[in-house]
Amino acid sequence: MLLEKKWQAGFLWKYKSKMTKNDTLKIALVGNPNTGKTSLFNSLTGLRQQVGNYPGITVEKKQGSFHLENHQKVTVIDLPGTYSLNPSSIDESVTTEFLLNNEDKNFPQVAIVVAEAENLKRNLLLFTQVKDLGIPTILVINMADRMQLKGISINKENLEKQLDTTIILTSTRNNSGISELKNCIQNFQKLSGKPLFSNDISTYKDWLSSTYKIGFVEIEDKQKQIAVKKEQHQETVKRYQFINSVLKGNFEKDKTKATDFDSRLDKILTHKFFGYIIFLVLLMLMFQAIFSWSGPFMDFIDESFASLSETIASILPEGKINELISQGIIPGIGGIVIFVPQIAMLFLFISVLEESGYMSRVVFLMDKIMRKFGLNGKSVVPLISGNACAIPAVMATRNIEDWKERLITILVTPFSVCSARLPVYTILISLIVPEQKILGFINSQALALLGMYVFGIVLALLSSIILTKIIKAKSKSYFVIEMPSYKMPLLQNVFYTVFEKTKSFVIDAGKIILAVSVVLWFLASHGGETFDNAEKIVSSQLENQNLSEAELTAKIASFQIENSYIGTMGKAIEPVIKPLGYDWKIGIAIITSFAAREVFVGTLATIYSVENAEDEGTIKSRMQTATFTNGEKVFTTATGISLLFFYAIAMQCGATVAIVKRETNSWKWALLQLFGLGIMAYLAALVAYQVLN
Amino acid sequence: MQTTIDTLQKGQKAVILSFDDAIIPLKLIEMGCMEGNFVEVIQIAPLGDPIFLSVNDTNLAIRKEMASRIFVEIQK
Ligand SMILES: Nc1nc2c(ncn2[C@@H]2O[C@H](COP(=O)(O)OP(=O)(O)OP(=O)(O)O)[C@@H](O)[C@H]2O)c(=O)[nH]1
Ligand SMILES: [Mg+2]
Repeated sequence: MLLEKKWQAGFLWKYKSKMTKNDTLKIALVGNPNTGKTSLFNSLTGLRQQVGNYPGITVEKKQGSFHLENHQKVTVIDLPGTYSLNPSSIDESVTTEFLLNNEDKNFPQVAIVVAEAENLKRNLLLFTQVKDLGIPTILVINMADRMQLKGISINKENLEKQLDTTIILTSTRNNSGISELKNCIQNFQKLSGKPLFSNDISTYKDWLSSTYKIGFVEIEDKQKQIAVKKEQHQETVKRYQFINSVLKGNFEKDKTKATDFDSRLDKILTHKFFGYIIFLVLLMLMFQAIFSWSGPFMDFIDESFASLSETIASILPEGKINELISQGIIPGIGGIVIFVPQIAMLFLFISVLEESGYMSRVVFLMDKIMRKFGLNGKSVVPLISGNACAIPAVMATRNIEDWKERLITILVTPFSVCSARLPVYTILISLIVPEQKILGFINSQALALLGMYVFGIVLALLSSIILTKIIKAKSKSYFVIEMPSYKMPLLQNVFYTVFEKTKSFVIDAGKIILAVSVVLWFLASHGGETFDNAEKIVSSQLENQNLSEAELTAKIASFQIENSYIGTMGKAIEPVIKPLGYDWKIGIAIITSFAAREVFVGTLATIYSVENAEDEGTIKSRMQTATFTNGEKVFTTATGISLLFFYAIAMQCGATVAIVKRETNSWKWALLQLFGLGIMAYLAALVAYQVLN
Repeated sequence: MQTTIDTLQKGQKAVILSFDDAIIPLKLIEMGCMEGNFVEVIQIAPLGDPIFLSVNDTNLAIRKEMASRIFVEIQK
């Protein structure tokens, strides 16, 4: 007892001395996946992070801050969920590495272990490990709002005593316990930082540092690997024995209440037959929503931008600035804002699937099928969320334990129809597929779009089969996934996810588009000598043809753009893209869209509006009426399909290349993917055009 | 009766007896798949694989291959 006091005093002194008054207090949120760490982070900081009811939503640590009542500034680190400090996959190792590194400038002075009432026993395993690192620890039991529903009762005082910690029951749903938690953080000096299992922190730390990589890195020494695993196993058993004895009598769960609702729902959602039907119907609904329900909003935005251009053009004094804004910037930005309704709808669907807990059921349903293609049930999540954006999707592969399956998933994820492809597909489909109702209610264009999604999936699966044969990598092929209980998605969480993601899409894309459209506008409205003398040249050529004023202006404009800088550049690459059915304008659009796919539409919008400054039509109507120099329509079915193929395959996204490099830790795979897909795209587009034309 | 998890029917309960340390991933042990704990098969995926289990109050899914490495005693 005396020894304990002394030890504690020494410990407190160490921490106090580290803290001067103006320093920020550093705390970390640690816990099992899905216990509500990110939700709690949001409640504490008021910041919005994405939350979800799918294991591994947070795959990197995130930082935020807030002030306590005594004006003390607190920095909070939100860590990815992990079941223990002995990680099994890379996403889980982040936490261990962070908590072992005293040197890190954000090394926490207080660890908040976030547990959930329903799985308290399992959550306590991690708690006891964190405690043994000697970090002062608060145990938060979150989702207190569900305790009654699940028939759970807890004896808090007894648990606090036996676990040597402070326990706080919280619910981020009804904001209970948050101020109590803040209070507790404010009085952090009172927290116990004493380990549970031994007084010797450094032995445990050393053991952990030397062993934690075993679970996810292949090592040469098999003997050692097996020995370490035995130790880890024994450690786990020992901890559970302790936890069981602590919980006895202090934690009760009424079994009859506990699983009733979930198991009935699972009977339907994971049913042999209905399970798949429900999944398909949900996907169908998603496409219907993206295409039909967002239509009116999109039309509205398109027309608003067209009239905005017109108004600005008439308000500002005539000249270069006027042209830059009304012909360069506004059409370029409009080309992206128009897709906000669709993208928001997509993020809405995906976030509801993740929040509700349904995504894990999809993994369960699909594992056997995906394995036939060399993938993993967990690959379904990147492939589905890749429909929003490939970047978080590639990161979501981190919880796939098997390296080969993970690598293949990363390589094929860009086939998912990401939201940046949506603008391109939408506009091309609307040009080549006439709008009709099939069977009275299915929109023909929505069906064509669905076809593109199916095409993406087929390509992804076929490539996986081929890659499985080619890539040589040892495979330990195992699969463990938690099936979280179903939760009603919290409207607030869903709303913020949709808002944040859509916002960052618009801003990120907006920045590129702004830059590209300014440069494009400049290149399209300037040129060499021929460009400057366009009027003279054209008038003298057509002198005796008796053209009307308007016809002459149009001829001059198109002559000018062809001889502008951009026109000259476009003409130079025309031989390469001609066999695919594209003119130089499309060629320019393809090149600029290597920065990001959605730039395609903006680029064409800018080029066409420079060309036809007089005509204030929408982007779509301009593309519809576009012609080659010989008067033939540009966007025929053959060209359209060839372009669709090109965009379905090519890896036109700088950000994805970067993230693949980071996640695979080598340029090899990133470049292989970039060039491999580029060549495939060219060939597919070539064949499509040559066959159809 | 002694058997392995992959042979259990939907709804059957059993007690875990033993498994091979070298094959069963630590993660599974940490989730509560340990000697002496109860398991119940909640659902079997349409193609017979994976298997949806409840162990130690945790719901999780594992592949059949792995389930066949875990020995259990069926509860009446
Ligand atoms: N009923 C209830 N649900 C909650 C509460 N807190 C969080 N949730 C839900 O639990 C799910 C997981 O929440 P997250 O905040 O993403 O959990 P996390 O711990 O950050 O998860 P990972 O980052 O994957 O480790 C979401 O569906 C939340 O809406 C709560 O207090 N009550
Ligand atoms: Mg999180």
